[in-house]
Amino acid sequence: MPAVSKGDGMRGLAVFISDIRNCKSKEAEIKRINKELANIRSKFKGDKALDGYSKKKYVCKLLFIFLLGHDIDFGHMEAVNLLSSNKYTEKQIGYLFISVLVNSNSDLIRLINNAIKNDLSSRNPTFMNLALHCIANVGSREMAEAFAADIPRILVAGDTMDSVKQSAALCLLRLNRTSPDLVPMGEWTSRVVHLLNDQHLGVVTAATSLITTLAQKNPEEFKTSVSLAVARLSRIVTSASTDLQDYTYYFVPAPWLSVKLLRLLQCYPPPEDAAIRGRLSECLETILNKAQEPPKSKKVQHSNAKNAVLFEAISLIIHHDSEPTLLVRACNQLGQFLQHRETNLRYLALESMCTLASSEFSHEAVKTHIETVINALKTERDVSVRQRAVDLLYAMCDRSNVQQIVAEMLNYLETADYSIREEIVLKVAILAEKYAVDYTWYVDTILNLIRIAGDYVSEEVWYRVIQIVINRDDVQGYAAKTVFEALQAPACHENLVKVGGYILGEFGNLIAGDPRSSPLVQFNLLHSKFHLCSVPSRALLLSTYIKFINLFPEVKGTIQEVLRSDSQLRNADVELQQRAVEYLRLSCIASTDILATVLEEMPPFPERESSILAKLKRKKGPGMVPDIEEGRKDKNVNGGMEPISTNATTKSTPSPSTDLLSLGSSPALSSAPPSSSAGGLLVDVFTENHAPAAPGVPMGPVADDNFSRFVCKNNGVLFENQLVQIGLKSEFRQNLGRMYIFFGNKTSTQFLNFSSSVICQDSLKTQLSIHIKPADPTVDGGAQLQQILNIECVSDFVEAPVLSIQFRYGGTLQNIAVKLPITLNKFFQPTEMTSQDFFQRWKQLSSPQQEVQKIFKAKHSMDTEVTKAKIIGFGVALLDRVDPNPSNFVGAGVIHTKTTQVGCLLRLEPNTQAQVGGPERVLACALACARCRAVPSPNASLSPSLFTDVPSHTTDKQGHCIAAAL
Amino acid sequence: MIGGLFIYNHKGEVLISRVYRDDIGRNAVDAFRVNVIHARQQVRSPVTNIARTSFFHVKRSNIWLAAVTKQNVNAAMVFEFLYKMCDVMTAYFGKISEENIKNNFVLIYELLDEILDFGYPQNSETGALKTFITQQGIKSQHQTKEEQSQITSQVTGQIGWRREGIKYRRNELFLDVLESVNLLMSPQGQVLSAHVSGRVVMKSYLSGMPECKFGMNDKIVIDKQGKGGATDDSGKSELGGSGKQSIAIDDCTFHQCVRLSKFDSERSISFIPPDGEYELMRYRTTKDIILPFRVIPLVREVGRTKLEVKVVIKSNFKPSLLAQKIEVRIPTPLNTSGVQVICMKGKAKYKASENAIVWKIKRMAGMKESQISAEIELLPTNDKKKWARPPISMNFEVPFAPSGLKVRYLKVFEPKLNYSDHDVIKWVRYIGRSGIYETRC
Repeated sequence: MPAVSKGDGMRGLAVFISDIRNCKSKEAEIKRINKELANIRSKFKGDKALDGYSKKKYVCKLLFIFLLGHDIDFGHMEAVNLLSSNKYTEKQIGYLFISVLVNSNSDLIRLINNAIKNDLSSRNPTFMNLALHCIANVGSREMAEAFAADIPRILVAGDTMDSVKQSAALCLLRLNRTSPDLVPMGEWTSRVVHLLNDQHLGVVTAATSLITTLAQKNPEEFKTSVSLAVARLSRIVTSASTDLQDYTYYFVPAPWLSVKLLRLLQCYPPPEDAAIRGRLSECLETILNKAQEPPKSKKVQHSNAKNAVLFEAISLIIHHDSEPTLLVRACNQLGQFLQHRETNLRYLALESMCTLASSEFSHEAVKTHIETVINALKTERDVSVRQRAVDLLYAMCDRSNVQQIVAEMLNYLETADYSIREEIVLKVAILAEKYAVDYTWYVDTILNLIRIAGDYVSEEVWYRVIQIVINRDDVQGYAAKTVFEALQAPACHENLVKVGGYILGEFGNLIAGDPRSSPLVQFNLLHSKFHLCSVPSRALLLSTYIKFINLFPEVKGTIQEVLRSDSQLRNADVELQQRAVEYLRLSCIASTDILATVLEEMPPFPERESSILAKLKRKKGPGMVPDIEEGRKDKNVNGGMEPISTNATTKSTPSPSTDLLSLGSSPALSSAPPSSSAGGLLVDVFTENHAPAAPGVPMGPVADDNFSRFVCKNNGVLFENQLVQIGLKSEFRQNLGRMYIFFGNKTSTQFLNFSSSVICQDSLKTQLSIHIKPADPTVDGGAQLQQILNIECVSDFVEAPVLSIQFRYGGTLQNIAVKLPITLNKFFQPTEMTSQDFFQRWKQLSSPQQEVQKIFKAKHSMDTEVTKAKIIGFGVALLDRVDPNPSNFVGAGVIHTKTTQVGCLLRLEPNTQAQVGGPERVLACALACARCRAVPSPNASLSPSLFTDVPSHTTDKQGHCIAAAL
Repeated sequence: MIGGLFIYNHKGEVLISRVYRDDIGRNAVDAFRVNVIHARQQVRSPVTNIARTSFFHVKRSNIWLAAVTKQNVNAAMVFEFLYKMCDVMTAYFGKISEENIKNNFVLIYELLDEILDFGYPQNSETGALKTFITQQGIKSQHQTKEEQSQITSQVTGQIGWRREGIKYRRNELFLDVLESVNLLMSPQGQVLSAHVSGRVVMKSYLSGMPECKFGMNDKIVIDKQGKGGATDDSGKSELGGSGKQSIAIDDCTFHQCVRLSKFDSERSISFIPPDGEYELMRYRTTKDIILPFRVIPLVREVGRTKLEVKVVIKSNFKPSLLAQKIEVRIPTPLNTSGVQVICMKGKAKYKASENAIVWKIKRMAGMKESQISAEIELLPTNDKKKWARPPISMNFEVPFAPSGLKVRYLKVFEPKLNYSDHDVIKWVRYIGRSGIYETRC
């Protein structure tokens, strides 16, 4: 708004504003505004035409009233009229009103667009600028649609004024951000790059912003910008501070442009051309040199501008990660900042160092600052800086300094902020494990950790200790001894009791020789904690007791006494009661041989990614955790302990799509067979396989890890990640089915452009017809969207269709593809038949293509009820008392398709005897075979193979297993 | 109990801040300012909860009075106290305004110390307060010990509202029945809701400790008498002259001087009056209300840019009576760009600042009618919202009680001094005012 001066001012407006400011109360203000509105209405209504000045004045008043929070529902037309005025001030007010008040107002948008178009083609730079600013300020889709084609033309036209070019570049940037799909890439792109050579620094600055954004999307097209950017940067850096008169800010030449150019260069790898590369390193060196020079001014603006350029340069150095000398220099520079007075500088220095630490060249250099960082941890007053210090310590840790760093972190943990304690605990646990030189130290550290911050030690941490102790023979004795000693403290944390219980149960015999830790002493020690523990820990302790019976026959009596007591046998908690009863019976009935077999020491755990690390990643978001083992191919890492997934992110990229990718487990992990061990309490149930989402590619990896779960059931959660949860509800009747898909938005922001489709591969198209009802294109944060799928089975099929969804979340396009659990067995109709009937038909179906038999190993213990439920869920009718052998399961059903109906018979013959008393497992693995006969051939291969996929949800509790074994 | 009491000016600056309990912190003052006075959306609720603290506020012109508490208090009690506080302040220094409060702030703190003790309301009777909280400091020096002890015994005694030994040459009594009638009527003239809230205000200048008895045409009392003795026929016919015999009172509250036990048992209102002005009772009726005016609106929309409004008002009471200060407020649409008004009586004007046509008539006799017609020009807007047509409201004052309440008697007995009921000069006046008196159009 122009200043109210004599020549140009609007007296009426000034008076009105001062009236409002002088109002004593809100009521008075509203009265004044009502009066003014009535006045303006009568003026606008008046028959005689208003001159431009009064129109401008009244529109200004309306704008002011609107900004005070009142609704304005007239005057738009007058504002639009102002657009066509030839006076700058009138046009300006018109544009101001439009950009503040007009929101896709359908009647006027055409007029407005017309006016803007006129101005854009007017050749008058100020008018063009006004129009461009208006487009950028409104920035709506409609605007983008109307002008996306024109603006690039203005931007690259030879005869456009500099100031207009500047506005055009920024306007295009804005449109590109709001609706990137509408801004076409074309021949202008190459010419935009050449704007970097422009005389006018303002144009260059604006263009750099635009190019950076565009280059992030299409790096290839803007590759040429690298050399130009380097040239421009070197000119700026080497120029004396007086050269760039208007663009020198407190003695720093063009700081904003420098920062933007450095950002642009971060979109690309180091330039291949040696000359350019040399020039760039020269620039970076100059920037580093300048940082060493004494400041030219004491003003804070000077140092801020200088440091901004410096930090951006360091980011570029880290990004390139190729010049050892530069990296070391950068590290030293940051080291100076670590002790700077400015809190912000310290924070930034720590943050940059975190990334530096992961580079193999500068890792050693970073390590030299360990004392300073530890000092920062102890003395720093700002909690966010302390947090960064912890991150840096984590990042710089390796085998040589692990003992020191872990000790310091443990020290800090006692006084740390509650909010970050859990994270520190995880970090300590990971570091201790990864770089442990000897495992006695590791055990000590973790026990210490539990002692200091027991409440923050998550399950994963103590699971991990046990895994490691069990897998390493050499520490078992030591672990048992230390745990025993730790348990003697009058007050121990529950987690310690859990670890202690588990380890003593396994390896208590290793320390039983010492009279101070004789079996009875061990037992009494554990039992003294029993009543203070929660139910899960008590359950664990009960298992320890039964293990004690095996390890030390001499305490059998005492333990049986404990188990027999009412507080166990009649415990209100079912789990505890069952364990007590079963263990008591087991100890009474079974001979020592059986006991020894059943209560065998735990087998070593299969190696997999540390669940703690996974948890830390989940907690922080993957970009945040500097990946130690990858960035720097460190040979020091305890080899073999953790095969780390290969696609975890190495670079911290801000886009959520990469977050998604690394959050989901690696393909290696998801394609690995599901956990095969049945007996361990510590089966890694907590590392759930996250479905890998497929960003960017429409038909990327298809998530199907929940697929098998749906073979026998119709409802449940099909897919889940950070952003979205997909749930299913389906019903099938004969050859028709209906599926309700629920898309739940787990975030708080809206999904835009939401679309979903079902893709049927080649032959499936003819076999299955699926109709999907179109869904809403937006899903609000926290809301759920329902979509209905109508399915018709035309003929039998093998493959499953794929559901592919696309949506825009926070500006990035997300693609998710999930296998839809539509399998042939969904179209089963159960059929009842008698025993005679069944076997008669069974025998009829004897030709090889009508029959298939498969023998497979059950993945879980066989529970009759569960199996029955699964067979019914599979779709066939469960026929009771049909098979002469009562333990066999028999089913019959008819598959309905549009073309034919196929009868199917099924027999499942579990063999529970096989492999009883196997060497290690507490559980005897059940062998089973299934038999399926079908009339026409193609189906025959199907059902059993499906059946093998049936996952069992039985939990692998030792108690159940033993019961099954007996 | 009340934890503290704050008084703010219209800008939200604190004029008076008195905290009675420790649980109210200093920041409570700011919390109310930020969340209520300066709230972006106007706060309509008189009770606001901010961070487990309750704020009860009333507004008098531009002054905010807010009582604060952290406890679960009786909200009605707090508001009663706030209103009493306003009355006391008005009795001491007149209109409640920022300037008056600033000039009397010592007095206000003194009053606050007296009428609230640790958050519990104490004696807030103006008459009693004025005996020991005085505006002239010098006067207290002249007070004798005797007088001081008299004040103590009065304030702490059974009849705290009246001191002994009052003497008047002329025993006089003024009685006002003040009623406000509220109405909401449909465009067709159907009464949607109507009620009268009334007050009986007295001013008594009586010597000694007189015992008074007040009687009105309460339905229960009249019916009881009718049943009790058929001899009261003459009285009935006398009352019959006014049209209706008795009224049904929905609920009523009394001044503390009224003996409630007697009212409960015999429904008779007997009391020893305070000296000076006070409110004897408050009541509410909803049945058989005499509506003094009827408003007949006629609104016609002519195209998108014009509106024709015609409003007729009819007075509906005895032709001998005169209504005063009549004001009819006809709301206009928000996109009005011009108004032409023609009225036969009184003055009418379009007030743009209030978005209404205001029609004022000084006086109007009963059983008359008058009309106004207006043409409203509208500015076409792109707003799709239709005008909500707010109701036409009305203000007036009539010299009778719209509820039909009649004072039957007011007897004064003073056994110790030698004046009788006949020596007391009594004045009775009825004033009926409009409350929210609206007719939809």
